[in-house]
Amino acid sequence: MTFAEQFPIVLGSLNTGFLQTFRLFLITLVGAIPLGMLLAVAEISRWKLLRAFIRTVVWIVRGSPLMIQLLIIFYFPGLVLNTPIWGGGESGRFAAASVAFIINYACYFCEIFRGGIQGIPVGQEEAGLVLGMKPAQIFFRVKLLQVIKAILPPISNEIITLIKDTSLARIIALQEIIWAGQSFMKGSQGISGVIWPLFFTGIYYLAFTGILTILFARLEKKLSYFR
Amino acid sequence: MPILEVEHLRKSFGATRVLDDISFTMEPGTALSIIGSSGSGKTTLLRCLNFLERPDAGIIRVKGETLLDAASPASDFQRNIRLKRLHFGLVFQSFNLFPQYTALENVTLAEKLLAREKPDWKDNKSAYLKSIEEHGCALLAEMGLQDRMGNYPHQLSGGQCQRVAIARALALNPDILCFDEPTSALDPELTGEVLRVIRSLADRSTTMIIVTHEMSFARDVADHVIFMDSGTICEQGSPDEVFLHPQQERTRQFLSHYAD
Ligand SMILES: Nc1ncnc2c1ncn2[C@@H]1O[C@H](COP(=O)(O)OP(=O)(O)OP(=O)(O)O)[C@@H](O)[C@H]1O
Ligand SMILES: [Mg+2]
Repeated sequence: MTFAEQFPIVLGSLNTGFLQTFRLFLITLVGAIPLGMLLAVAEISRWKLLRAFIRTVVWIVRGSPLMIQLLIIFYFPGLVLNTPIWGGGESGRFAAASVAFIINYACYFCEIFRGGIQGIPVGQEEAGLVLGMKPAQIFFRVKLLQVIKAILPPISNEIITLIKDTSLARIIALQEIIWAGQSFMKGSQGISGVIWPLFFTGIYYLAFTGILTILFARLEKKLSYFR
Repeated sequence: MPILEVEHLRKSFGATRVLDDISFTMEPGTALSIIGSSGSGKTTLLRCLNFLERPDAGIIRVKGETLLDAASPASDFQRNIRLKRLHFGLVFQSFNLFPQYTALENVTLAEKLLAREKPDWKDNKSAYLKSIEEHGCALLAEMGLQDRMGNYPHQLSGGQCQRVAIARALALNPDILCFDEPTSALDPELTGEVLRVIRSLADRSTTMIIVTHEMSFARDVADHVIFMDSGTICEQGSPDEVFLHPQQERTRQFLSHYAD
């Protein structure tokens, strides 16, 4: 098969793979951002035990490789507990990967949110209090936008890392874009022994991170009207 | 009737006694200067008056109404704390303006939020907002900031920021306006504009408590002066009494550092 014949076939496969990459990316954000906020609120709460518990979880999750977490979450229920909750097919792998990614990224987001909230000078809170504002008003009207502005750079870093981290789901054979590119080495749809599709996946990552970089730069500019 | 009565206020942080047996009264329309060396408890006193700290003992009464009696349970301190705070205004040394709001928005935000609690807010929303806006503009104009209303705090000088902060505190019409070293964070050439504003408030009989290290200002703006030393009121009286004829050796010693 000539390169010109291979190209559309490969592109079709990579597109399908990228769709799975994108779905994992999206579901991780949708799950990890709210969960991270909850964890952050818990981490600055009054309850010492809760704080200690969250801090331990965050330490374990951030202190160990995401790849191991993926493997444990995917294999542990079936192989050790004998209750395979994930099911066999691609949807089972996707569910397991989603859970692993959401937990992992929630812990990173949690630390960013916590730092952002605690980084706001106490004077802001006190100014709100002496003006008769309610705690919720102080949070939403005074602090929130300042927190968002402060955490935007680390959050955008984390999100760009997430795009590339989705490729780790390859380890449990999730059919994301790396998996799709690799399939042409072993042989798929009449093409085998070619490696360029695997290299070509890099273009997708670059395009995706490029778009997000531009988007975040715009957001940061939008919030540059105050300091 | 005094507008403010403070009786036997006491406050410790851990083992350190920061305020000890603080008692004084204020008549409406008067200005009180509080002077004293660093660490003597001036800020803590203002924070107690604004319910940012809970005193260990003592009573705070405004217009005859007991807002705080430290002898009653802690839950009483929290009850209606927002409404109690509104009797006082506080201007911070470091301004603490809200950076994401313009000068005008800084001044009107709290008033707008409070208006929402009015029973007829829904029906008269636009009328409320309009009058709040006008009130804010008038206050900023009074501060000499009529052409700075749309500026964000980072676009203003320190002196302008502090004047916005004063307008913001005035917007809620507090019974007593407190200043905690309002010029200490400013370059010397900017202190004048802030002091002029405070003086004009005094001329219009605004009830004020002014903590300051500007001795000549403390002396001629105030009707009454308190000199604090390590958590206690060492001496108080008219400006002439305290500055010209101090009775306490400690007061003389303190004032001698400022003699020029
Ligand atoms: N939150 C706190 N925890 C522990 N100690 C405190 C706290 N706030 C103040 N102090 C102590 O209380 C004492 C009085 O502090 P305060 O800020 O009231 O003094 P001040 O008269 O305002 O001083 P300055 O002129 O420097 O502003 C100081 O010794 C200070 O270290
Ligand atoms: Mg102080």
